[in-house]
Amino acid sequence: MAIDIQLKATPLSSDECIKKVQDHHCGGLAVFIGTVRNQTQGRPVDHLEFEAYEPMAVKEMSKIAEQMMDRWNAKHVCIHHRTGHLALGDVAVIIAVSTAHRAEAFASCQYAIDTLKQTVPIWKKEIFEDGEVWVAAHP
Amino acid sequence: MEIKVLAFGIARDIIKASEIKLELSEQSTVDEVKDSLVKLYPDFNSLRNFAIAVNCEYVEDSAPVKQGDEIVIIPPVSGG
Repeated sequence: MAIDIQLKATPLSSDECIKKVQDHHCGGLAVFIGTVRNQTQGRPVDHLEFEAYEPMAVKEMSKIAEQMMDRWNAKHVCIHHRTGHLALGDVAVIIAVSTAHRAEAFASCQYAIDTLKQTVPIWKKEIFEDGEVWVAAHP
Repeated sequence: MEIKVLAFGIARDIIKASEIKLELSEQSTVDEVKDSLVKLYPDFNSLRNFAIAVNCEYVEDSAPVKQGDEIVIIPPVSGG
């Protein structure tokens, strides 16, 4: 069993994440890739800035990986998240997981991205042509 | 006692610095950290919410803080 958690200021690789979780004991491998959208509620986005409270972000992502192992018997989990400047279409996050069967792969991967968005101290700023906003900061 | 508080995201914009020092009475709690932040920077009231992490863990408002703890303002997160 292996957990690979990384915050990176350089482009993420889905190939690398998949290789980290491949295992002949596993019949299922699910990957979630989160990318930068070109608009928010119709307002065109120019680019994004991600910042993280790094030691705690790594700790919270590790907790998610451990929960995937406890609840769905995930064999290997890889979570890579970007920081810094991201352009449209760039990959912000990759979650890869391998399990014995497909149902656990899908379910644990969905749990991971949903929980990451709620608990991991990473913040995204959307930069528009005419301003910028920290996503989700205000009601 | 004097404690140091780190700020990220919109919290850094609100205090216009990446850290501030707060003067609190001995045996203060997270609640008092939040209260003094809101008093100094009323813009914290405009946020959806904000949490305080102590030594890289989310803690309850009743949790104690002491000098030397790593105390961080966690505004609403938006990773992924």
